Amino acid sequence: MKVEDFDMFCTMLRQRSGLVLTKDKAYLLESRLMPVARKWNLKTLDELATTVRTRKDENLLKDITEAMTTNESSFFRDQKPFDQFKQVVLPALLESRAAKKSIRIWSAACSSGQEAYSLAMMLAEESSRLAGWRIEIVGTDLSSEMVEKSRAGIYTQFEVQRGLPITLLVKYFKQTGDKWQLSSQIRQMASFREYNLLTDLSPLGQFDVVFCRNVLIYFDQPTKTKVLEAIAKQMPSDGVLYLGGAETVLGITDRFKPMEGQRGLYVLP
Amino acid sequence: MKSCLVVDDSRVVRKVARKILEELNFVCSEAEDGKQAMDLCAVSMPDAILLDWNMPVMTGIEFLRRLRKMSGGQSPKVVFCTTENDLAHIQEALSAGANEYIMKPFDSEIIQTKFQQVGLL
Repeated sequence: MKVEDFDMFCTMLRQRSGLVLTKDKAYLLESRLMPVARKWNLKTLDELATTVRTRKDENLLKDITEAMTTNESSFFRDQKPFDQFKQVVLPALLESRAAKKSIRIWSAACSSGQEAYSLAMMLAEESSRLAGWRIEIVGTDLSSEMVEKSRAGIYTQFEVQRGLPITLLVKYFKQTGDKWQLSSQIRQMASFREYNLLTDLSPLGQFDVVFCRNVLIYFDQPTKTKVLEAIAKQMPSDGVLYLGGAETVLGITDRFKPMEGQRGLYVLP
Repeated sequence: MKSCLVVDDSRVVRKVARKILEELNFVCSEAEDGKQAMDLCAVSMPDAILLDWNMPVMTGIEFLRRLRKMSGGQSPKVVFCTTENDLAHIQEALSAGANEYIMKPFDSEIIQTKFQQVGLL
């Protein structure tokens, strides 16, 4: 790939998704953009670059951005954050929200929905404690394809085996051919919408708990700061933010501080 | 170190599973069918059993039902690992006393998370 083409893709991806692509990731660009080129009947990445420059087609730019943003996920990813939710976050909310009996949870950059649905299944398992409560789970992703996949709640045999206990598979999924679909009971507990974290977040409303795990790692420092501060504005003073294991707020923003004794959890100061 | 008995009539599957389990620090033994597995369990109960379903001589499900009736046979965590991938088989396995269920093909990540879920790791 020509240097000027690489630079052009990098600039475009950074503006549209915040994704920072270093030179050593050129292979990633090539392997993920070839399918996009083929879809648009272009033979090479050179042709793809030329088409991007000359046509400025919004759909093409969207396809490129979606192809480049990572969509790795699994049910109950890392397990620990979900244990913390059940043992620490949920009991605290049940106490502090006892009057209004309503909780809103956001799975930011939700990919194919496994995080949102893991929470939904966990809440369904706790349903005896939650009678009369209104709990809303909102998943957002930059990719319309991921949002559609999340809404459908259909997963491959491989996906349902990553992190999902077999008892929950039996209880909350139905088999359709070689795929597994979440029951409507669980699907109804979560809603999904296409949303870019770099845009104004206020239309999403306030969230008591925000899961934004393994998202910031793709951003440069100023973007991390911007996104975290925008998220802070969408949270009440006692809200809880989840970040991924390799992420931190240290040196990035003072709008969040680590929750004492709970690794990966952050609260407002 | 925990022990795991790998029960599968395919030598290749046993070899692959054994390699993954040894990397997870299990001491492994192998059996080609349910009958061989019964004999090994009668001598020494493993901590974990990775169990195929369809095998000659004695199937996995038949082995599991007998195991759970043996003295000490309640203690091993049994993880099915089979090409049988329909809900009916999964439910049958769980009601016979299986702790987890893997649908082939599997990889090391699936084995690792399933073993974590049943408290073996």
